[in-house]
Amino acid sequence: MAVRSKKKEPTDRTALGNIEKTAKDVYEKALKKQKPQLKLPVRSLSNVRYRSKSGFLELANQYKTRTLTYNTVKGFAQTLKMMSVSKELIETNDHASKREMYYISKNWGPARFDEQPESDTVMDDIEAMMTVNREQLRFIPEEKGGEVAGKLLVIDRDRETKKPIRIDCTGFGSGAYSIPISVEHLQFETKAKFILCIETAGMFQRLVAHNYWRKANCILISMGGVPTRACRRFVRRLADEMKLPVYTFVDGDPYGIANIYRTLKVGSGNAAHINRFFCVPQAKFLGVTPQDIVDYELPTHPLKDVDIKRAKDALKNDPFFKAHREWVKAIEQMLKMGVRAEQQALAKHGLNYVIDEYLPRKIKSASKFLP
Amino acid sequence: MPETELKTKQTRRAAKPMRENAESMAKRQREISVSEFFAKNRHLLGFDNPRKALLTAVKEAIDNSLDACEEAGILPELRVELKRIGAKIVEESESESENTKPKKRKGPVPTERFELKIIDNGPGILTTQIPKIFGKLLYGSKFHRLKMSRGQQGIGISAAGMYGQMTTGIPVRILSKLPKKDKAYQVDLKIDTKTNKPIVLSEKEVPWPEKTESGTSVCITLEGRYQRGRQSIDEFILQNTLSNPHASFLFIDPDAEKFEYPRSTSEMPELPAEIKPHPYGVELGNFHRLAQDSSAKTLKDFLVKDFSRVSEKVASEILTEAGLKNSKLKTLSSENLNLVHQAIPKVDIKNPPTHCVIPIGEDLLTETLRQKTAAEFFVATTRSPSVYRGNPFIVEAALAFGGELSSEEPMQVFRFANRVPLLFQPAACASVRVLTKIEWKKYGLSQSKGSLPIGPVAVIIHVGSVWVPFTSESKEAIADYPEIKQEIRLAILECARKMNLYLSKRRRAAEAARKANYIDTYIPYIGEALQDMLKLKEGQKEKVIMTLRETLEKTRIEV
Repeated sequence: MAVRSKKKEPTDRTALGNIEKTAKDVYEKALKKQKPQLKLPVRSLSNVRYRSKSGFLELANQYKTRTLTYNTVKGFAQTLKMMSVSKELIETNDHASKREMYYISKNWGPARFDEQPESDTVMDDIEAMMTVNREQLRFIPEEKGGEVAGKLLVIDRDRETKKPIRIDCTGFGSGAYSIPISVEHLQFETKAKFILCIETAGMFQRLVAHNYWRKANCILISMGGVPTRACRRFVRRLADEMKLPVYTFVDGDPYGIANIYRTLKVGSGNAAHINRFFCVPQAKFLGVTPQDIVDYELPTHPLKDVDIKRAKDALKNDPFFKAHREWVKAIEQMLKMGVRAEQQALAKHGLNYVIDEYLPRKIKSASKFLP
Repeated sequence: MPETELKTKQTRRAAKPMRENAESMAKRQREISVSEFFAKNRHLLGFDNPRKALLTAVKEAIDNSLDACEEAGILPELRVELKRIGAKIVEESESESENTKPKKRKGPVPTERFELKIIDNGPGILTTQIPKIFGKLLYGSKFHRLKMSRGQQGIGISAAGMYGQMTTGIPVRILSKLPKKDKAYQVDLKIDTKTNKPIVLSEKEVPWPEKTESGTSVCITLEGRYQRGRQSIDEFILQNTLSNPHASFLFIDPDAEKFEYPRSTSEMPELPAEIKPHPYGVELGNFHRLAQDSSAKTLKDFLVKDFSRVSEKVASEILTEAGLKNSKLKTLSSENLNLVHQAIPKVDIKNPPTHCVIPIGEDLLTETLRQKTAAEFFVATTRSPSVYRGNPFIVEAALAFGGELSSEEPMQVFRFANRVPLLFQPAACASVRVLTKIEWKKYGLSQSKGSLPIGPVAVIIHVGSVWVPFTSESKEAIADYPEIKQEIRLAILECARKMNLYLSKRRRAAEAARKANYIDTYIPYIGEALQDMLKLKEGQKEKVIMTLRETLEKTRIEV
C-alpha cells in the first residue's frame, strides 16, 4: 500500500487534514508533558436537535473530552491506530469494510479488538471526531444498500480505466439495480416525476412485476426495512440533483413511521454527527397512514406492547415528531384506534388494487402527505 | 458443686423403680460421697468414652503442671508419654460398617490399655500433700480463691486417677522432687470412692530420674483409645503451644514417635493476682459456704473482709437493704444469710479490680498464629478487662487470612479459656455462637445464615477470667453470658476491620501494578500510530513514548 495516488478528492483532503491535525495535537501535547486529549461530540439522543429549516436531526454542541490516563490508554491507542489505518487507506485509495478493520487490528498485539462491536464503536468515535463520514475515512459497512428499478440511468465508472458505465434501471427485467456501498461518485440521468421508497421487498416486487414505474413514471426503491446509510445517501443525492419529490410507502405501524420513515427523512438518533449527509429531508409520507386504515377499510392487527411503547416514545422524546403537529395527531389517532395495518393489507381489495387504485389516488393529492 | 444438691439428685433417682413409703426410702437415704457421685457420672468430667477419657486425663495433668510451674515462676517443660500396654486392638468397627451390617455386640467394646505419664519441671509437691491432691476429689488450692488459672475446682487430676483405677484397677503413681532434696518421693495410691479419701498403697524415697531440679511425675494406667486428628491428644498439645508460647512440650506417642515443641519465648507471663470474690458473682450455695469458712466475727466484717469492693459503707448499705443489724456471724440464721444474699444485687457496688486477668498479648498471639498457619496476614487484639456477674474477665482474639488457608473450608476456630485449648462442643460455645452471628459477607467471605463463614480465615479466641463460666464441669464450652459475648464480638470485629483494611490495601497495590503494566503495554502503540501518521523518525517516536509514560506514571502515583 505504499503507492500514493497523486490526485485527491476534496473530501479526502478534509479527512486527511483532520487526521493529521488530531495526531499533531496529541504529539505536541505529549512532548510538552501534558496529557493529550481527544474532543468528540456526545453521541446520544440527549445531544440531538431537530430544526425544520435544515430538515434533519443534528448534533447539539455537547462535547466530551477524552484525556489520556491509565484508564483510557488502551482506547487511546486503538483510536490513534485506527486513524492511522484510515490515513493509509485514503492515501492508497483503498477501503476496508468494518469487518476487515476489525481483522486489521489483530496485528496490534494487546491493543487489538476482541470483538467487532469494540472496533465499530471506535470507528463511530473517529467519524464524529473528524466530522466526516465513515465512507470518507474509507471504512465501509457490510450491509447492502437497497434496490432500484424504474426510469433512471446511473452513471458509475470503471475502477481501473475510470471510464463511465451507464446503467439503465429499466433494464433489469424482474430484478433490480443494487445500490453500491459508496455512492458519492455516481451521476444520474432521469425523466421520472418522483421517487417511491418502499418498505418491503414483497411490495417492491409486485410494483416491479407490473411495471408500475412505467405507468406512474417514477423510480422505485426498495429499502428492506430501515434504510442503510448508502440507501439514504443515494436517495438524497438523486432527489437533490434531479430535483425529485420523494414519497415513502411503509407499513402503517409505529415501526414503519418512527423507525423507517423517520430515519430516511431526518437520520438516526445515535449517528447524528453524520445525519446531514444521510437524510432525505424532502421525503414525504404517502402511507399507510392511520387515516388510510379507516378510509380503505384495511384489515388490522392490534398494537402490541412494543408498538405502543414505540409510539409513545416518539411523541415524548423524538424531536422530529414533536416538531410536527400533523404527526402528533396521526400517532395519537393510531394509539386511540389501537391497531396497525401492513402495506400488503391492501390485497384484501384485490392483488393489484394497490397499483390501480390506492397509489394513483394517494399521489393525486400528494400535497396532503404527512410531513 | 455443693454436696447438698448432689444428695437430692441421687435420692430422686433411687425413688423411681417401685412404690416406696417414707420409711423404706429413709433406709436408703444416706450421704453420697462426691467421689461416688462422679464415679457414676463420669461423663460430667469428660470421661464419657475411652477416647475422650484419654484426652481428658492428659488435659488435666497438663493444666496442673502448667499452673504449678507458672506459680513457681519456672518456665514450663512438659513431657507426655503414652504407652500402649498389651497388644494393639485392630479396629474392626470400620471394616464392619463398610462391608456388612454392624453385628450386635455381646459385650462392651474392647478397649486398649495405656500407661500415661506426664512429667513436669514444676516446684514439686510436699510429701504430705500428695495423697490429698491426687486421691481426693474437690481438694485443691484453686477452689477457695479467685484467680485466673487453668484448674478451677480441684477435681480433674484425681478424677483422672480414679478413672484409671476403675478401668484397670492399677493405682496412680506419683513422683515428686522438691528442689532442695536429693531424692524424689514416690507414692502409689488409690481413692476410696465411698469416703472420698486416698488410700496410700506404698511410699518411698527413690532417685529422681529427670535432669530437672524439681518436678512432678504422674503415671496413670487407664483404658482408652488413641486416635489422631481433630480432638486428639496431638491436637490438644499443639494448641497448648499456641496459648503457652513460654512452655516447651515433648509428646511421645504410643508408637514411640517423638513430637517436640520448643518454647517460642522465654518470657514468663505475668502472674495473675488473686482476688476475693465480688458480691455480685457469688451464688447462694457458695455464699453460705464462704460464711461457714470465714474467720470474720461479725456479719459486716465477713462482707468487708471476704469480698472485694465491699467497704464499711457498702456493707452497711447491704445490711440496711436486708433489714438486718450487724450480728455475730456464727449465730446468724440461714434465713437471714439468704436475706443478705438477696440484698446484694440491690446495692451499687464498684466493679472488681481487673488486674487479676492477664492476656496472652497481641504480639504473642500473632506470633503463634503465624507459626500454626501459613497465612499471609495476621492481626490480634486484646480488649480491656471487663466484668460479668462480678467476675473480671478479658477477651482477646487473633485472626489469620489468606496464604495457604483453604478458601473452600469453614473458618478455623481455636478456642481457649485461661490458656487451655477447648476442643469439644464448639457449637455450644459462646465464642462460636458469636462468630456465626457476625455478617462475614461484609468482609468478603461467604456464609450461610447461622453458620461459620467459608474462607481462608483462622481465628483464635481467648477468654481469661478468675472464673470462666463453662456450660458443664468438663469445661468444654464457654457459657453464654451477654457481657462475654459482647467482648468476643468486639474483639473479632476489630480484627475483621483490620483484615478489611489490609485487603483493600492489597487490592489497591494490585490495581496500581496492573495499571503500570497497562501503561507499558499500550503506550508503544500510541507512539507507533503517531509515527505512521506524522512520519516521525525512530528517535522522535521513542521520545514521545518515554514522555507519555513519565506523564502517566506521575499521575498514577498522585492517585
